[in-house]
Amino acid sequence: MAETPVSSGAPAPSGRGARRARDVRDPFPARPAGLRRRWLVAGIVAVAVAAVAGIAYGPVSLPPGSVAAELLNLVPGVHLQSGLNEREIAIVTDLRLPRVVLGLLVGGTLALAGGCYQGVFRNPLADPHLLGVAAGAGLAVTAVIVMRGVTGADITVGLPVTVPLAAFVGALGAVLLTYLLGAAGGRDRSPATLILAGVAVSAFLSAGQTYLLQNNAESIQEVYSWMLGRLTTAGWHDVLIVLPYAVVTAGVLLLHRRELDVLTIGDDEASSLGLHPQRSRLLLVAAASLGTAAAVSVSGLIGFVGIIVPHTVRMLAGASYRAILPLSVLFGGAFLALTDLIARTVAAPAEIPIGVVTAILGGPFFALVLRTTKRVET
Amino acid sequence: MSEDVRTAVGAEADLPAVEVTGLRVTLGGTPILAGVGLSVSAGEWVTVIGPNGAGKSTLLRAVAGLLPADAGSIRLFGTPSTRLSRRERARVVAAVAQSPVVPAGMAVVDYVLLGRTPYIPPFGRESAADLAVVADVLDRLELTRFASRPLATLSGGERQRVFLARALAQGAPLLLLDEPTSALDIGHQQEVLELVDQLRRDDGLTVLATMHDLSVAGEYADRLVLMAGGRVVADGPPREVLVEELLATHYQARVRVIDGDHGPLVVPVRATGRRADRPG
Repeated sequence: MAETPVSSGAPAPSGRGARRARDVRDPFPARPAGLRRRWLVAGIVAVAVAAVAGIAYGPVSLPPGSVAAELLNLVPGVHLQSGLNEREIAIVTDLRLPRVVLGLLVGGTLALAGGCYQGVFRNPLADPHLLGVAAGAGLAVTAVIVMRGVTGADITVGLPVTVPLAAFVGALGAVLLTYLLGAAGGRDRSPATLILAGVAVSAFLSAGQTYLLQNNAESIQEVYSWMLGRLTTAGWHDVLIVLPYAVVTAGVLLLHRRELDVLTIGDDEASSLGLHPQRSRLLLVAAASLGTAAAVSVSGLIGFVGIIVPHTVRMLAGASYRAILPLSVLFGGAFLALTDLIARTVAAPAEIPIGVVTAILGGPFFALVLRTTKRVET
Repeated sequence: MSEDVRTAVGAEADLPAVEVTGLRVTLGGTPILAGVGLSVSAGEWVTVIGPNGAGKSTLLRAVAGLLPADAGSIRLFGTPSTRLSRRERARVVAAVAQSPVVPAGMAVVDYVLLGRTPYIPPFGRESAADLAVVADVLDRLELTRFASRPLATLSGGERQRVFLARALAQGAPLLLLDEPTSALDIGHQQEVLELVDQLRRDDGLTVLATMHDLSVAGEYADRLVLMAGGRVVADGPPREVLVEELLATHYQARVRVIDGDHGPLVVPVRATGRRADRPG
């Protein structure tokens, strides 16, 4: 955490005797931006609260304290009396925990990718679906569902083409297409070129999807329910699918969080400070897209998380990506886990699509944050 | 490697800070620099002047390593620029662009701290030494009281000082300033340029700048380089470059050059008789 002032006793550079005396006496004029400890703690608390709540409430409600105790029991060496019977323990660990963990992973990844895109493209409206992820996944999933509907049988000739796989491949394919189209702009391409290429690719793929749906109206409901997003209750299977990608994405992006700060002051400035802006941007976009594609493949198109969470974090905890990225992971995960709780309990036993809940909940909350925080210069 | 460069800077002060020979740069198929030669001694202040489109900013960007050269060479303190990695170059050359991006929500202190990037390990964070350098720079540029203010809330003159502070925090012996005063009123122009001159004398910095205001350019620079059409057409002390014929030829301007205390003063004059033509 960036909380160490100069006067903390760290050795000053040698050979600067006179200056050193002054520096040690005067406090550093202002606290440099970075991840503040209290926000980190708040983020961890949010994740813990979301996890306990998400596990405790449902068709069978369990006491949150017992759930917390049962969760702690998962830590090796901890043995607490939760007071839950065997069936309730199974609900906690086999049914609800995987879904909550999936929500944390998907929400954290989407929010992180969104925050990264906003920095890389210097565009506050950038979201993880910007470069064609949504349209690509949408077209591929529609194609698979339609084909399945037409033949009424497995037309994939034994190939394991599932909806998640189609979504993943479609999403990454679209981003690749966007990149190639943007790269055709030549060496001096700006971030804006890539965004425009993303718009073109998205429009093209969406048109294809619309055409397919129009000719196969019977598939519309299935396609839409996928597009509006939902977290599955498929045990640990989906978690294990997303986990490696989420870890890689988070690792790459969090390591580059300071570089993202440098990129915000301009490509020329970043270059003359020793960075390779084009190279960094490619790496960051690739990592963010990979994570997004993995998230989309298991959860459908959940909108809003990628925009609302990083922006809220920015307004509350400062404009530095050293704070925005790690906090987006935590608050994004907590937000989606809580959203999922609402999605599956409000109209129980039916489930509301989680994408609908993120928008209904997120919109007013965002407005509230806008109103109650200090004006942010744009 | 970069440490070697820095030591070389101190040890062999007789090497020119910038040595450009036969530099050709083409942008989007258009030749912008058509064989430019330029030498700047260590500790010298050289200002490049010339009409719009002469290639002044391109020359500065090439020296900063931001543009690839089609032909020719750029040496920085004796080392070919192409032999330096970006990070090494960043410790030798600091540049302030004409109108840098003002990032939303970034505080002055954080902006200036970014100048320490070439010293911070790739995935590391700033050290106490980096913070000390920044505190020192803020103090010298009288920016300490603005330290926690968002950059976007500062006035034009204050922002220009912050941009300069970021470049100084880089600790590079060569400072490139592209139109450092074009957005400032006359008083703040003088304030910023006096500050640059003070820093140059205190730290032994070399300054290579571009400027549009010819009188101001001549007052502060040791030497002026007049560019036109991608070439250097005059190079010398202000008194030899700021002469009416040269300016008339290359700027298509009617000017009178008057002797001033710190160099020639260039005054634009209208063509005779024009004013009488105006009705009313």
